Amino acid sequence: MSILVDEKTRVVVQGITGREGAFHTRQMLDYGTEVAAGVTPGKGGKQVDGVPVFNTVQEAIEKEEVNTSCIFVPPPFAGDAIIEAASADLGVIVCITEGIPILDMVKVTSFLKDRDTVLIGPNCPGIISPGKTKVGIMPGPIHRQGGMAVISRSGTLTYEVVDQLTRVGLGQSTCIGIGGDPVIGTTFIDHLMRFKEDIETKGVILIGEIGGTAEEEAADYIRKDFDKPVIAFIAGQTAPPGRRMGHAGAIISGGQGKAEDKIKALQAAGITVALDLGALGKTALEVMGDIGAN
Amino acid sequence: MKLHEFQAKDIFRKSGIPVPNGQLITSSDQATKVVQIINGPPWVIKAQIHAGGRGKGGGVKVVHYPYEVVTATEDLLGKPLVTRQTGPDGVIVNQILIEEGIKIDREFYLSMAIDRSRSESTMIFSQAGGMDIEEVAVESPELILKEHINPAGGWMTYQARNLIYRLDPPLLPAAVEELMSVMANVYKVFVTHDCSLVEINPLVITKSGKVVALDAKISIDDNALFRQKELLKLDDPREKDPLELMAEKYHLNYIRLDGNVGAMVNGAGLAMATMDVIKMAGADPANFLDVGGGASEEMITKGFEIILKDRRVQAILVNIFGGILRCDVLARGVLAAAEKTSIRVPLIVRLEGTNVEEGRKILRNSKLKFLVAKDLAEAAVLVAKQVSKTG
Repeated sequence: MSILVDEKTRVVVQGITGREGAFHTRQMLDYGTEVAAGVTPGKGGKQVDGVPVFNTVQEAIEKEEVNTSCIFVPPPFAGDAIIEAASADLGVIVCITEGIPILDMVKVTSFLKDRDTVLIGPNCPGIISPGKTKVGIMPGPIHRQGGMAVISRSGTLTYEVVDQLTRVGLGQSTCIGIGGDPVIGTTFIDHLMRFKEDIETKGVILIGEIGGTAEEEAADYIRKDFDKPVIAFIAGQTAPPGRRMGHAGAIISGGQGKAEDKIKALQAAGITVALDLGALGKTALEVMGDIGAN
Repeated sequence: MKLHEFQAKDIFRKSGIPVPNGQLITSSDQATKVVQIINGPPWVIKAQIHAGGRGKGGGVKVVHYPYEVVTATEDLLGKPLVTRQTGPDGVIVNQILIEEGIKIDREFYLSMAIDRSRSESTMIFSQAGGMDIEEVAVESPELILKEHINPAGGWMTYQARNLIYRLDPPLLPAAVEELMSVMANVYKVFVTHDCSLVEINPLVITKSGKVVALDAKISIDDNALFRQKELLKLDDPREKDPLELMAEKYHLNYIRLDGNVGAMVNGAGLAMATMDVIKMAGADPANFLDVGGGASEEMITKGFEIILKDRRVQAILVNIFGGILRCDVLARGVLAAAEKTSIRVPLIVRLEGTNVEEGRKILRNSKLKFLVAKDLAEAAVLVAKQVSKTG
């Protein structure tokens, strides 16, 4: 098993004719992902790497029975693209786009509130269930199928962690990048609840960073309701307050969002926090020990 | 993007939020004239810099004689102002706002921001005005009132009543009306200008019963600047570090820090984590630099030049986990930079991911001197060694 995406996933790429959209459609196809359709308004009837392009998501669903979207649409139009996909009742929407105005995302999350659609991102690397499918931009070859779940606010930092896991022999069930923006579709807790029910998942790696209180909230949930081992890492222990560290969401402000507070909250919940990123793989192996993540 | 107080007050004035009469000056000769236009005494002299903590840092003065207006502005203009947010060097004061003094009856705190855990805009109101709101939040959280806003309906009048009718002692009906209008207008400003923060501290009721915003702080969501072209003109580059300005031009995420190890990384999370690794190795990062996912060769070259311009840098760590950014592009960018500027400090390179073999080969076959780290753990050890040698 795995969560949210697997062999049954049929992807529509919104923004498929753009540079990034076209490049990663090729990469996803190479990984074995069923990219069944693309959408670019005004470019319906064309093909990208053999994938048929439609003008609307609705049309892509009617013709190709897609159930998952991967969005590469530029920031000014991305909010609309997410709502288009959600209105068409797609089960999972992955939004890669970086730089969406925060008030657009406030509207989007409000729209999604009473719907079953799961939004991952924006400003994220996407989601991968190794050996089954990848919906996103992460490099496929560093992953290996196994029992570790990974949930992260970051992109390349996640690759670093996954690479270490694979090297120490810990494969992954599903890896999710939830995104580096202040307002995102789903948080750590949303996915922890799914991993709790997933038989294949034996343990979870949680990668947080400075800004907001999502890690503290996750720690609280884990303490109360999550019994699989969790290993955490928090980026930005040396970040100065008041400066936005690349990600719009990575900023210490109003006394909130400090790495030390997050680490304290996680440790208080009985979670192993790896302070040294270089040794995270080893730490995970020690914690998982006899449980056997494979 | 941060706005200056006088810019925020201009927006307030146009949006129906009352502010004191005031005039901006850029040289102390202008002060004499301003005293004749602006009501006083007293007058309030306010240094216009982005950093907070101006009051305690000596950047806000209340004066009672016209000559004091002149001397106070002379004391501030062209000189660095140090506050708890500026760092030890302070920020040069280029502009001063001179305002009429206001007789205060009561002070409040009012702000609008995004509540991240609820993904909603939130109005925050407190009767503990004029104080450090972060301290109030810790010491007496019951004094902080919040109203979350549904984006479909926008700000509703009942929400203003929820906030205002909890005040003790209660306000007179006229002040209630004015405060309700200020709250509605703050929401309007927040939404129409794509703000990430609108803050008034203090928002006061004057002795004559009027509601006035004595201070004004506005930050604009950088992601929305593409549709806020008018606001872009309000950007003040003098407030930024010159290296940060140069980085901005090439779309690089660069933040100057206090240490001596330069770092070039792709991805914000990995860049932050690399800073942490440097610190744990016993050194201090000189910068945060995220070259981004799809960096070009030119961007890498520019990034490298920026790191080298920082004279404090004693070693450089390049940590790239290739995804979209290919390692061969990185390698060529570094070589191009090395051709233009001589690299005077030890260089440690850690490459992984897309096209890693090609990238390593390009570097190996060049004349560039560098140390290879096979993983992050080894990179940390090498950085520590280099810095202990030079330091």
